[in-house]
Amino acid sequence: MANMAQAIRLALHYAEEHLGVTDVFGEDVGPPLGGVFTETQGLKTAWNSPLDERGIIGVAMGLAFAGQRPVAEIQFCDYIYNTIDLLKMAGNTCWSSNGDWNLPMVVKTPVGSGIRGSIYHSHSFDATATHLPGWKIVMPSTPLDAYGLMISACQDENPVMVLEPKALLRIKGEELIPGEPADDRALSRMIDAPLGDRSKWRPEWPALEPYAVPIGKARLVREGDALTVVSYGRTLPLCVRAAASLAEEGVRAEVIDLRSLWPYDWEAIRASVDKTGKVLFVNEDTEVTNFGEHLVRRTTEELFYRLEAPPRLLAGRFVPGIGLADSLEMASVPQLADVTEAMRRLAAERP
Amino acid sequence: MSDRGSSRPRPQLVRSETGGLPLDRELLVRMHELMVKARILEERLIQMYKAGHGYFWIGGPGEEAFNVALGLLMRKGQGLDFDYLHGHYRQSATLLALGEEPIGALRQMKNTATDPYSGGRNFAGHFSKRIWNIVPITSPIEVQYAIAPGTALAQKRHGGEGITIVTGGDAGTAEGDFATCLVWSSRPGNELPILIVVTNNQWGISTPASTQQGCAHIADRGKAFGMRTAVVDGNDPVASYQVLREAMAYVRTERRPFLLEAGVSRLYGHSSASGANLVRDEVDCIADYEAFLEKRGVLTRAAMNEVRERWTKQIGDMARQVRDEPMPAPESIWRNIYKEPS
Repeated sequence: MANMAQAIRLALHYAEEHLGVTDVFGEDVGPPLGGVFTETQGLKTAWNSPLDERGIIGVAMGLAFAGQRPVAEIQFCDYIYNTIDLLKMAGNTCWSSNGDWNLPMVVKTPVGSGIRGSIYHSHSFDATATHLPGWKIVMPSTPLDAYGLMISACQDENPVMVLEPKALLRIKGEELIPGEPADDRALSRMIDAPLGDRSKWRPEWPALEPYAVPIGKARLVREGDALTVVSYGRTLPLCVRAAASLAEEGVRAEVIDLRSLWPYDWEAIRASVDKTGKVLFVNEDTEVTNFGEHLVRRTTEELFYRLEAPPRLLAGRFVPGIGLADSLEMASVPQLADVTEAMRRLAAERP
Repeated sequence: MSDRGSSRPRPQLVRSETGGLPLDRELLVRMHELMVKARILEERLIQMYKAGHGYFWIGGPGEEAFNVALGLLMRKGQGLDFDYLHGHYRQSATLLALGEEPIGALRQMKNTATDPYSGGRNFAGHFSKRIWNIVPITSPIEVQYAIAPGTALAQKRHGGEGITIVTGGDAGTAEGDFATCLVWSSRPGNELPILIVVTNNQWGISTPASTQQGCAHIADRGKAFGMRTAVVDGNDPVASYQVLREAMAYVRTERRPFLLEAGVSRLYGHSSASGANLVRDEVDCIADYEAFLEKRGVLTRAAMNEVRERWTKQIGDMARQVRDEPMPAPESIWRNIYKEPS
């Protein structure tokens, strides 16, 4: 099975062949490297930009103004912050011009912890991204969803941001991408660039099939009735593993992969909380003005009389960075033990 | 093309070696009318602000000479074969020169539902017109310099003669986005068909440019990137037209960048926040141009007065029409967040 980096590459290949994507660009995105996470190797429209994040976002907007379909990469979301007013502008262009213009553009950027990336390669961006009206924000946790969400992003008429949990980029999926060869070694031989000289190398793309994950639709990953856990990105697989271990204790947790942060699938959350009466939101961005706080607020306001316990949020510590040492990273963002304990405690809570 | 020797250059209008007119007589007359029309529009916008028919004014009195010439030379239309304009908020004269009706600016000033550029959402002078490749003008200074290379890149690939034009003020060139524009417009092997314009009024709100930037001319920064550059007296419509014609022809055919700095005036201050009162110690491009036209026998004083009176009446009538138009509906805040089905 493809890993998430390969899945994104396959989606971008599909998008440049079939969806009119004209440019996949950013720092080290084009040959020879094809992206620091290999996501853009062998793509025919991939090119290297100057080391200038404001230029990358600005040019993506300009390309979209000119009727192109750009996919721009910010190499790590830690470096997206100096583009924030351009992101705001991309999000408000349709509204500010009262519908005169729209910007079909995708910004992709790796996010989060998990590679011992220290202070400037571990940041999350979901809390900030969801403060940008006019954007659609997605964040996959599996290769197949990454493929399907990227295809939806490339079909959209509006700015879409794809947040890529970098801890999951190298994790192989459990489902085949439509058209992917069953043997993942065969896939690697076809689409992974060789080490060393790549000047003569060309990828051999599998015959991919259209597959889009609709933006705004969550995925019910595991059914249960004791509590609901809503997560996305790196922490989602932790929630699934925690649910599996709690099942052995007789606690059946329902796990929802939100996948889209904006717009998001409130109906999926509502239906699940209606059933379980308890909900834990899990993500790894810093916990103050965290997107999960919005979900807690809405749950409290709209589902209060269905609740059997306060809605809970497990998120990253509100500290200035994620330190390099293993002990520091573990203490800063939710780990498996933290998730398991939070779920166990919520399941045991009684009014 | 002329370097500005002093800090407050006087227009140099007589350029013909034969003693004839420097530009076609009809063009000279047309430029005059558009400059006057733009000035009257801006003065009406200021009047609306002062009468309480708008919350804020910002605009372009003092940039008419350069901006009219720019608009007249643009290739107007939609798509890659036409010129893209990434403008700034002192650009009304360019829009009028392109053929825009002045009533739209009045509607935006009054923030009515009929405002064609933003539906009552944005300040005066924040134009947007997709069918003419006018991308939305925004308030942040200089962001347009980071965006413009994107349309130029698409036009480079497309070929043809469509170009990208980006304009901004001198103060904002201190922002990194101006450097972004220079870098992205001159990538080796991928030079872009972009005319980079800086209208230099020598002010950033209250701060004199001479106290903040050490370069002799902002245009000189282009030289380090191998760009052709020029400095022009932007208060001189004839010189502006001639320089723009040459620069735009170069960008159109050579598909390479050109950086043009135009010295202009700021005749009513930065915005209504500083009072929007007439500044008397800066060059008035219309007064100088009218003196030239009269002296050269192109237009009589009576004919020029007629132009002013005609547009004063017409734009006044438009302002009265706009006064009674409805505000946007409160629920309209939810419209056009995303592209809506057409």
